[in-house]
Amino acid sequence: MSTDSLAGLTLPGDRNTRPFLEVKDLTVRFETDDGVVQAVSRSSFSVERGKTLGIVGESGSGKSVTSLAVLGLHRTRSNAKVDGQVWLDDQELVTATDEQVRQLRGGKMAMIFQDPLSAMHPYFTVGAQIVEAYRVHNPKASKKEARERTIDMLTRVGIPQPEKRFSDYGHQFSGGMRQRAMIAMALVNDPKLLIADEPTTALDVTVQAQILDLIRDLQEEFGSAVIMITHDLGVVAELADDVLVMYGGKIIERGPAADVFHSPQHPYTWGLLGSMPRLDRDVRERLNPIKGSPPSLINLPSGCAFHPRCPYAGRNGERSFTDVPELRGGVHAVACHLPAEDRRQIFTQEVAPNL
Amino acid sequence: MHRSEDPVKGQKSMTDVAQRENLLEVTGLQKHFPITKGLLRRQVGAVRAVDGIDVAVRQGETLGLVGESGCGKSTAGRLFTRILEPTGGKIVFEGEDVSHLNTKQMRPLRRDVQMIFQDPYSSLNPRHTVGSIIAAPLQIQKIPTPKGVKVAVQDLLKLVGLNPEHYNRYPHEFSGGQRQRIGIARALALRPKLIVADEPVSALDVSIQAQVVNLLDDLQREFDLTYVFIAHDLSVVRHISDRVAVMYLGKIVEIADRNELYKNPRHPYTVALMSAVPVPDPSRRDRAQRERVLLTGDVPSPINPPSGCRFRTRCWKAQDICATEEPPLVPRLADPESHQTACHFPVSEEEIVVGRSPAGTSA
Amino acid sequence: MLTYLIRRAVNAVLTMLVVTLVTFGIFFMVPTLTGSDPALLYIGKTSDAASVEGIRTKLGLADPVIVQYGKFLKGLAVGRDYANGPDVQHCPAPCMGYSFKTDQQVFPLLMGDLPVTMSLALGAAVLWVIMGVSTGVISALRRGSLLDRAVMTGALAGVSLPIYFTGLLALSIFVYWLGWLPNADYTPFFDNPFTWASGLILPWITLAFLFAATYARLTRANMLETLGEDYIRTARAKGLGERTVIGKHALRSGLTPLVTVFGLDLGALLGGAILTEAVFNLRGLGYQALTAIRGNDLPVILGVTLIAAFFIVFINLIVDVLYGFIDPRVRLG
Repeated sequence: MSTDSLAGLTLPGDRNTRPFLEVKDLTVRFETDDGVVQAVSRSSFSVERGKTLGIVGESGSGKSVTSLAVLGLHRTRSNAKVDGQVWLDDQELVTATDEQVRQLRGGKMAMIFQDPLSAMHPYFTVGAQIVEAYRVHNPKASKKEARERTIDMLTRVGIPQPEKRFSDYGHQFSGGMRQRAMIAMALVNDPKLLIADEPTTALDVTVQAQILDLIRDLQEEFGSAVIMITHDLGVVAELADDVLVMYGGKIIERGPAADVFHSPQHPYTWGLLGSMPRLDRDVRERLNPIKGSPPSLINLPSGCAFHPRCPYAGRNGERSFTDVPELRGGVHAVACHLPAEDRRQIFTQEVAPNL
Repeated sequence: MHRSEDPVKGQKSMTDVAQRENLLEVTGLQKHFPITKGLLRRQVGAVRAVDGIDVAVRQGETLGLVGESGCGKSTAGRLFTRILEPTGGKIVFEGEDVSHLNTKQMRPLRRDVQMIFQDPYSSLNPRHTVGSIIAAPLQIQKIPTPKGVKVAVQDLLKLVGLNPEHYNRYPHEFSGGQRQRIGIARALALRPKLIVADEPVSALDVSIQAQVVNLLDDLQREFDLTYVFIAHDLSVVRHISDRVAVMYLGKIVEIADRNELYKNPRHPYTVALMSAVPVPDPSRRDRAQRERVLLTGDVPSPINPPSGCRFRTRCWKAQDICATEEPPLVPRLADPESHQTACHFPVSEEEIVVGRSPAGTSA
Repeated sequence: MLTYLIRRAVNAVLTMLVVTLVTFGIFFMVPTLTGSDPALLYIGKTSDAASVEGIRTKLGLADPVIVQYGKFLKGLAVGRDYANGPDVQHCPAPCMGYSFKTDQQVFPLLMGDLPVTMSLALGAAVLWVIMGVSTGVISALRRGSLLDRAVMTGALAGVSLPIYFTGLLALSIFVYWLGWLPNADYTPFFDNPFTWASGLILPWITLAFLFAATYARLTRANMLETLGEDYIRTARAKGLGERTVIGKHALRSGLTPLVTVFGLDLGALLGGAILTEAVFNLRGLGYQALTAIRGNDLPVILGVTLIAAFFIVFINLIVDVLYGFIDPRVRLG
């Protein structure tokens, strides 16, 4: 267990400039009886050790599918096709063998899921499941060692009476404690990449605050890269250094959190920020929802996937309806046909006053 | 009576509402669920889901009911609509005591009180067409429909923003937001006076939540509805409510007008709750973390709530008196009559700025 | 846990009591409703009045219902005496009376038939569990493949074809045409295990085909549902090999619902696989029941009912207990 969080960090100039996790043109398709589901289309992003990337999107945006693809969890689905590159610490995962990826899963990269009750096997004790996670990556460890390590992790994540709770079952824990146990299970092997898929959506707000705090502390301690997937913009603002906004399986905006929140570039992001009631602003007469519903991933709209719901579609000619916009713009990138100048103008004049 | 053109962002002027009658009045309301154990199923205790609440809902207002899991707000909602029968206390609707009416006696009253449920996927019978789901209340209550049931249902579909041609479709053919609209149409079919909405938008995407919230707003204006809006999302509750009550372990710990509550929360739990909400502004991140009150541990069990003030086991201000004397729900610290707090040591404005609880970070 | 077990056991006993009440009620009501005199049913219409009266006293048929029921229960518990003056017959526990047709004591008669039914049921059970569960699991893992579709079609056939059809078909093909198997016949296990098995193999396979089909479909459905559960995804996310994920995590929860079904099926079969025994001419409880029904032999019918009910209740009790061990969520009930 490394207590020195600087160990393993790539210092600039050390080696080739590849970030710790780099995803290039990731595409995930599912062939179903109803048609091809374009779950993720050509997503590219990267995360460094010690940093947090927030992936924001609503249902059907492709955010969960992306993270499952990084972990290689689509390999068991016979109808899933994954293309593109996923580089984890200089190892490419999409072309790697099942066995190679399996060895990384739960070891170098780990994942926490949304509902901790259904994520744990009801017939095995919590302790046994964590021990299992440890021994799969440390096969030489004795049962005693594994048990001690598990109890240590349970203490780390703030579960009182860990020796006793070791032998309890998932349903005997409260929601918050369960999620802590899941975090312990994910972190037991010191993963360098942690993906948290809506880890607090099922929890009360006070418990959510505790869990987010815990994730933040543990990241500091272990120096891991964290990907936080959520639909809650507040959670993203709390935790993320960088943000991806996903819609219809594509990344439509990408950049540092401060930039994306204070000067968002994409009409969808404007819509999201405008439709939420916020505690830090005065109460508005009406919310500004985005009209329509999220698109079906089987029948994505042509051109820009957001155009049926976009108040500014077609302002730049017909391209919204025919051409898929590219993600452009450097550090703060947007996928939109509107010229940057126009967007800036619309934002300052129409959108910002209402936020 | 519609929302007066009040300079304060369109909120109904409080005098308008205050002059109205109390539509629903609840005193000492209790719901205990028995726990049996042992061979002979003796009752060994009870889950005190709602353990004595007093609240009144005025005609035309929206009362927000917030709290976390296990606080009893959903149970309270079901008691207001008499889906459950109280084990103690009184429910008075339009002056009539409805606490213990039987099914037959309740039936005519069901026209006036309706409910919208949280899960748009399980609250609609998947085997019924949308048309029959919405028509059902009309048929059960034998409401005369001069133009026919189908037209009445289609009018309702139009009202909630759905295509009336979809009369014969099944729930699974609709999205989550649309299904929730169907639930709303069903609730409106009988033109009720009071609608209890139990987490109506929690299961929806953010962009859809806003649509449904706006719809509820519009319908309230159009039909002069009264809402009890139960939710755990403080931001949404703040947007839609006129008054807000905060519940903890079966009791109301604070109740106030909306703006007053969010500006001057008095109860430590309310303060903790509000500071826990993550704010979508990265520049406030550090400040938010410093100011956040992190509660320690878990909510105690509603089977055996702590003596005196129930929140004392997690409260950083608790002292001896909190264990022996349950604080009454009364105005504190020179607050207006409408702002009541059940706390011996309510939080004053100066204290809000202080950092984390003395107990430190989460346990 | 202990309260759970005790409660289940008490439940079982109460259920049995209700069964005795109902069966006795039928025993009492049937003759009255059909207008016949139970004493005459017993002794035959040609007997003289004195004998009929004698039988009536012996069997206590003139007593009030409650007393008759009481004696019936007593007989089941500790045995009873049928007395007509000095003529006393002692019927040891559990006393189920005497057959109308053969005058034998019902209980020993049925106990003689039991090994046949047990051999048939248990042998088939082993076969159908192995066949059904393994094909179900493979089908679930290879969902949508040709193998899956073939297996499910075969299962559909197995479930749809009545046993008297498959049984007769099997007989005509394997015994009479191909001559691969001997005709079905029962030899006690302890006499000759080999002939015991070879004589039963045809009925075993026929019976197993029917049940294996159901179990294959059930297993497939349960496994598919389990494989979609979040905890399977967690298991994979931890880096567990696919064999462990399926073998340890999925099978445990996927197969548990089958325990209940198995209990019900086995319990029912032990009470007599009537159709199978009839088709293959095996003299088990089912065959006995069939004969008794044809001959209106009430005591035997009721005896079979009681024994069948006992097996069902008893096996369900075992299943409940097993569940308490397998699924920790149940224990807290």
